[in-house]
Amino acid sequence: MTLSDGAIRPVYSKVASWLAATPAEVLASRRSQAELLFRRIGITFAVYGEEEKNGGERLIPFDIIPRMMLRSEWSHLEAGLVQRVKALNLFLADIYGAQEIIKAGRIPADLVARNAEFRPEMVGWHVPHDIYVHIAGIDVVRTGENDFYVLEDNVRTPSGVSYMLENREVMMRLAPDLFAEHRVAPVENYPDALLASLRSVAPAPAGGEPTTVVMTPGRFNSAYYEHSFLADKLGVELVEGGDLFVEDEIVYMRTTQGAKRVDVIYRRIDDSFLDPEVFKPESVIGVAGLMRAYRAGNVTIANAVGTGIADDKAIYTYVPEIINFYLGEKAILKNVPTWRCREPESLRYVQEHLAELVVKEVNGSGGYGMLVGPHATKADCELFAAKLAQDPDNFIAQPTLALSTSPTFFDAGIASRHVDLRPFVLTSANGVRVMPGGLTRVALKENSLVVNSSQGGGTKDTWIVEDSIFDEVQPLQSQTQVT
Amino acid sequence: MLSRTADNLYWLARYVERADFLARIIKAAQRLATLPASYSGTGTEWESALESSGAAEGFRASRGAAEEASVIDYLSFAPDNPSSICNCLKFARANARAVRTALTSEMWEAINGAWIELGRFETGNSGSGRYNREELSRFFELVKKTSLDYDGSVDRTMLRNDAYWFSKVGLYIERADNTARILDVKYHVLLPEHEAVGGSLDYFQWSAILRAVSSLTAYHWVYRESVKPWLIADLLILKKEMPRSLIACYDNIVHFLDAIGTAYGSAGASQKQAHEVMARLANATTKEIFKIGLHEFITSFVEDNDRLGRTINEQYLLY
Repeated sequence: MTLSDGAIRPVYSKVASWLAATPAEVLASRRSQAELLFRRIGITFAVYGEEEKNGGERLIPFDIIPRMMLRSEWSHLEAGLVQRVKALNLFLADIYGAQEIIKAGRIPADLVARNAEFRPEMVGWHVPHDIYVHIAGIDVVRTGENDFYVLEDNVRTPSGVSYMLENREVMMRLAPDLFAEHRVAPVENYPDALLASLRSVAPAPAGGEPTTVVMTPGRFNSAYYEHSFLADKLGVELVEGGDLFVEDEIVYMRTTQGAKRVDVIYRRIDDSFLDPEVFKPESVIGVAGLMRAYRAGNVTIANAVGTGIADDKAIYTYVPEIINFYLGEKAILKNVPTWRCREPESLRYVQEHLAELVVKEVNGSGGYGMLVGPHATKADCELFAAKLAQDPDNFIAQPTLALSTSPTFFDAGIASRHVDLRPFVLTSANGVRVMPGGLTRVALKENSLVVNSSQGGGTKDTWIVEDSIFDEVQPLQSQTQVT
Repeated sequence: MLSRTADNLYWLARYVERADFLARIIKAAQRLATLPASYSGTGTEWESALESSGAAEGFRASRGAAEEASVIDYLSFAPDNPSSICNCLKFARANARAVRTALTSEMWEAINGAWIELGRFETGNSGSGRYNREELSRFFELVKKTSLDYDGSVDRTMLRNDAYWFSKVGLYIERADNTARILDVKYHVLLPEHEAVGGSLDYFQWSAILRAVSSLTAYHWVYRESVKPWLIADLLILKKEMPRSLIACYDNIVHFLDAIGTAYGSAGASQKQAHEVMARLANATTKEIFKIGLHEFITSFVEDNDRLGRTINEQYLLY
């Protein structure tokens, strides 16, 4: 919230006066109202291994102080996100097609060939409109006035968009005055935009009214709330694998009126569980024959099968290269400097500087399988060093960044905590679109850099506001003021 | 709609209805149990409560004698009784959660809100012998209020489409089953006068039956007489005005199954069976029923009702 000289950043001026004018008890009671709302609506996520408490459902702590960003700052970020997602789509089409980027020697061949997320089944045919990544959630952090770094490209089944939408609804209820003063860019049209995107990539046989569904692994999945939320907002069926079957390479769902043809599947289930005929034979949450129907061009799967190769942490280090190769442009958003442990020199550096670095597994997610050097114990470091030595290809390392912080409300008062941001990017046959805002995640522990919900992080609403409203900063008008 | 969704909605409605019925049964038994021995007759209220709930076998297999604390615990909280109130509400919530998209937010909040509160009662009360009657009474109020909230939100907020109809069919199949059960358990006190069972002592048992199904006032409005066994049978089996009577349940079942048949452009075995049961009820008189034997009549009704449930399952819900 503050600049390096300690002054309040202009974008937070109104928030600062709101905070100053609102007694801590009122803030606390608003926060508990918010929690009650979340609990009643059932906005929870499942935590594996916590089944015995609350039926294994936990609330993600919600912070009532919004994270603010000016439109001018956002536009820069937005341009960078569009560029990045465009390039990743071109990359995927190429990797499953001619593989020009490898032929040109711009990325090593074995990085693709030996990648666990590479799907040979996808080689040699085209998905509708060559769009592989329909929905992306790109994690970014800000380190300075105009410095955004991409932490991670999530292009398989990025989650959190329901929190972006619900956080906004809750903020509008809890702080209507503050909200009205800021003229915040709306995100509520996300479901419409998503549905339009999904329908735009329907296979040709679908005709004018493609049947779209959201596919979930089921109600025990940690993001089940989001799956049902999205299906509801989209107005489409939420299906499980058992609701679908394939006949003559066409996907159908089982309904009370018999079989109904399905054209577009927004799947929230990993590749390897999609079709037991092709991937894990023991999977019971998939649909036998789905890949045959997919390859026959009778159904569109979003995101496409095999997108995992593009958000691999090893590929991540090459994204600036990828952008340059396909678009002939310089990457607008920076990558966090990354040591690829597969490269001997880097490995040596990482081994020698373990205590200063964040070391991540190439395929890890959710804050699991990582070492945050500066906060790790000596024993943790030793344990990790052993893992690293055994399989260096599986790791990358990054410096800890001076992440920006955001004011966060606690019982003891307001304190600064590290934040990151996951904006959501939609790609349709008609172009790439970014929702103004996204999900801000906040580390609730002091100095912690880990903002993952499974690691105890919280969320807050993200407000993109027009620069012009701060041209003349006026004091907050109290509604109860007597004239 | 998805067969799985219809199935979940159907069972969601059944579980909510069943939880409500169990709470009513227990309250009726409690009321009888507090009467002086010379009023309450046989003193087998807790046996009766178990029989009406359909949980008697399970209880006998794992518990001892039917006493207040053990029966209430078994019917209300016992994790090992699949039809305990807590389990019914948990299954209802699991079904609801599985089909969130088919529920309105009001329906979800009614179920989810109850489920959240349930946790509090459960930790405080599970395990027999530690009963606080006031706390229990708040628990039963919660259960009754949940069914009222849920039914109210269904009626006030749901689109009138197949989701609504399947939900209603579930509700009435369950309610018909419950009404039939309570009649069957108490059939011996409903035998006609000349069997000389009761006289005035049975008055309290009869009113307990009516009270259990919230029909005591209705009885007086309909018959304007003191409580008579054959009139209770008439009210709970053949009076369409009485929302828990077998015929009222079937009136609804027929109506909602027909709505599904019309919307889907074809009717099938379930519509046919429902109409048959309805015709039998519509043509019946109490005189005939007592001639066949109340117990026999009810037993055959329960079987028909079960069969219809299976047919609906095969026609629409299996996948």
